[in-house]
Amino acid sequence: MSDSDSNPIRDAIAEAIREHDTILFMKGTPDAPACGFSARTVAMLQSLEVPFAAVDILPDPRIRQELSTISGWPTIPQLFSRCELIGGCDIVTEMYESGELAETLGLETGEDAPAQPVVNESQPAGFTQIENHLS
Amino acid sequence: MPTAEEIKQRIEAAIPETQAEVEDYTGGGDHFRATVISATFAGRSRIEQHKLVYGVFGDEIGGPIHALSLKTQAQGESGAATAAKQHAAPAAT
Repeated sequence: MSDSDSNPIRDAIAEAIREHDTILFMKGTPDAPACGFSARTVAMLQSLEVPFAAVDILPDPRIRQELSTISGWPTIPQLFSRCELIGGCDIVTEMYESGELAETLGLETGEDAPAQPVVNESQPAGFTQIENHLS
Repeated sequence: MPTAEEIKQRIEAAIPETQAEVEDYTGGGDHFRATVISATFAGRSRIEQHKLVYGVFGDEIGGPIHALSLKTQAQGESGAATAAKQHAAPAAT
């Protein structure tokens, strides 16, 4: 239905995915997740101390719609790394447990992990981009 | 509202050579957990495997099916033939 060439929301999502090495589309925010699956995914990323951008899909139903069109993935959360869909909560959990997640996200396992979470550094950018296009 | 058994049957009917176990983990008929083992998954990435299963339900995911938590596994090459016989799943059309 919404296959037209100019689709600002879809463009903003695609841009956000391109601009952030690691980006999580979730319900709520990392500080206040609005769904257990999103909360779990955030917790895993935070425990790996990987910097990530986060986009709350709840403010506008079109965000989820367009995101799923782009990714071919129906559920939330969705984690992307370097423009590629890694998966939702189930896959992220499996990968986290096997140690594969750190590797996929390009983390040096061991000493190179940053001492403090850097989450908040890149997070607002994700929000701003999407919201700018909506207002 | 779908039951766990319906979800199981639909997955097995739609994806050839598949065995699914489905659990309604809240009892509310909208949050399901499925373990799906299929010969069809062989050679496909985890993402593709999950997409195959989600694809069975289309828009129902996020609608009547609020959550479908998945664990997928490709059936080992050697076990594939056996499962196909046991299950004689109808071709997905």
